[in-house]
Amino acid sequence: MQTTIKLIAAHADSAGSEGQKDLKILEIANTEDPRTLELAGVDRVDLNFPKFSDGRAYSQAFLLRRRLAFKGEIRATGDVLIDQLVQMQRLGFDSAVLRADQDIGFAQQQFDRFGAFYQGDAVQTTPLFATTKAAA
Amino acid sequence: MYQYTDFDRQFVKQRAAQYRDQLERNLKGQLGDDEFRPLRLQNGWYIQRFAPMLRVAVPYGELSSAQLRVLAKIARDYDRKSENNLDKANPGLSDLSSLPSGVGHFTTRQNVQYNWIPLDKSADVMDLLASVNMHGIQTSGNCIRNITSDERAGIAVDEVADPRPFAEILRQWSTLHPEFAFLPRKFKIAITGATEDRAATYWHDVGLHVIRNEAGDIGFRVIVGGGMGRTPVVGTVIREFLPWNQILNYLEAVVRVYNRWGRRDNMYKARIKILVKAEGQRYTDEVEAEYQQILDVDGAPHTIDQAELDRVSASFVPPNLSCNRKDADAKIAHILRAAAEDDVEFGRWLQQNVAPHKNPDLRAVTLSFKRLGYAPGDATAEQLEGAAALADEFSAGEVRVTHDQNLVLPWVRCDQLPELWRAARKLGFARPNIRLLSDMIACPGGDFCALANARSLPIAQAITERYQDLDELHDLGEIDLHISGCINSCGHHHTGHIGILGVDKDGKEWYQVSLGGSDGSALSGAPLAGKVVGPSFAADEVADVIEAIIDTYRREREAIQGGNETFIATVRRVGAEPFKLAANSMRTSTGKAAHATETEAA
Repeated sequence: MQTTIKLIAAHADSAGSEGQKDLKILEIANTEDPRTLELAGVDRVDLNFPKFSDGRAYSQAFLLRRRLAFKGEIRATGDVLIDQLVQMQRLGFDSAVLRADQDIGFAQQQFDRFGAFYQGDAVQTTPLFATTKAAA
Repeated sequence: MYQYTDFDRQFVKQRAAQYRDQLERNLKGQLGDDEFRPLRLQNGWYIQRFAPMLRVAVPYGELSSAQLRVLAKIARDYDRKSENNLDKANPGLSDLSSLPSGVGHFTTRQNVQYNWIPLDKSADVMDLLASVNMHGIQTSGNCIRNITSDERAGIAVDEVADPRPFAEILRQWSTLHPEFAFLPRKFKIAITGATEDRAATYWHDVGLHVIRNEAGDIGFRVIVGGGMGRTPVVGTVIREFLPWNQILNYLEAVVRVYNRWGRRDNMYKARIKILVKAEGQRYTDEVEAEYQQILDVDGAPHTIDQAELDRVSASFVPPNLSCNRKDADAKIAHILRAAAEDDVEFGRWLQQNVAPHKNPDLRAVTLSFKRLGYAPGDATAEQLEGAAALADEFSAGEVRVTHDQNLVLPWVRCDQLPELWRAARKLGFARPNIRLLSDMIACPGGDFCALANARSLPIAQAITERYQDLDELHDLGEIDLHISGCINSCGHHHTGHIGILGVDKDGKEWYQVSLGGSDGSALSGAPLAGKVVGPSFAADEVADVIEAIIDTYRREREAIQGGNETFIATVRRVGAEPFKLAANSMRTSTGKAAHATETEAA
């Protein structure tokens, strides 16, 4: 699986990236329904993982990317670990700010592991059974 | 059985490799225990009292003989007490030497568990499992768990349609689902295609019934929000009929609403049953609205096409078996006419352990794993291999793990019943006690499980010892006895006609006894949680209490046409009072002290 999600080390993010001053960024809690947001002109939505085991932001990302067809950047923040990056990418996250102790060196091998998955997601929208038939 | 494609096989191997990487990083200190925990759980690895427990997934209960042999090898080579640090013993609990090892354990969710495999061997075991397309994917953790079904799926005489192709499609859809890997709590699905509910569907987070509507189309009745635990709740039907090809789209809506709305502040209130109860119609409305959006906006991407159903169904074509029924009947009648003691047992075995089949030439035969000297549902390596041999010789190489912790041979030719009976008896699997009192359900309990408040196995053992007489067991008839070592209810105590629940007070083991529960089967009536008969009992009182309850039944039951009123029918007719009285009269001084303390506390 190709890695498309941009990984950002925790310190790089806290320093504040150059050239992002004019960006319109929405930071939302994982209890919010993305369908209630005013997304016009928004460049980036930051979805938060208060704990890596709290999976609400996955559904938020799906709704933003797939249901609302949000074209801006979706970023994962908070308790972001390398072992959840693959599923983040599948749900439409474009970037992820890793927790400070995470070793980016271990990230790539997570993407190399699985060639494909059974179910559709926010990026590869059809399930395997439909995809393989279309290709055949 | 489902035939794995290259993709399916590769996927299981990739999962095993992923687990090895996670384990190695954890052992090297590169992946913290807290971060590793949900990853190992979603591969079936719990940390228990002495060693990790491994729960191996058996999708909808189906196993091949080759898989049974690998399960046997794991029991023999890896389920070993000696390789663990036994200093972490349970003070005051069972003598270590009495605890079983070298065994696989069949669970109420049709899976297989081991209790003694050291964590540093866990990745090797996953590789071994992957060699026969097995794994522990999503047998634990807050995700969609392994999907269970009717033990007679595809062979039941009362079946609308075979649920196994749907179960397999659901298995694939739920496997490593990216959005639903960190739900508020675990999520269990059971599916049946029969009118008799042998899968406790109303007690699952989602229960599915394959049904036919008035137009003759196949679809699902969808039940949501059932569950046991601290708050037993019978599921609610939220859809009377859903076209079969929409089941994935609809479940996506069911689970997404739960993922967004389910409570995460209190793990005892995090199951979907609490959400469905709290929100009522609002939950159903939200699911329907979400489903509509999946159809209209997302374009219903997970609609199952006929070609995919056909592809999967092709794996479940019944083996081509037949027999001469007249010859078989004559053979069986000949044995039954003989007067020897053994042959009484054969007649009973035909009655209790042999069930009719969709194919009139075939039978479904239950091998009993409820016998003296073994924990309910335990099988040694030799016994697993013995079952594999029976499967090869008599059942097209296939067995099913049952919700009641036994094995079923689903494809037995009727003319082979006598031979099978003799072979099963030699292996100790032919005890004709299926659905009788000694065919009890029990979890591993406090002997192994770190969650348990009390032991289940010594209680099961004491009751089994007391009820060995087959004449007596058959006279008592069908009784569901369910034992859980704690409120997590793995032993389904809520649904037992008699339920036993282990509780902990002041560091001591106590047991609550309940009466009148139902799993939803025809025998037991509408699904219902049993009612507690009174304050909890001391461990050494429990067997006496059960005996007192059974004796009360014998006294109160009425003769009906063809025999006696069943235990559960008697409880429903006369009410709990006479049983309570009998149970409470069994209290010895310790029990009375407990009673007094509870009354004061109240």
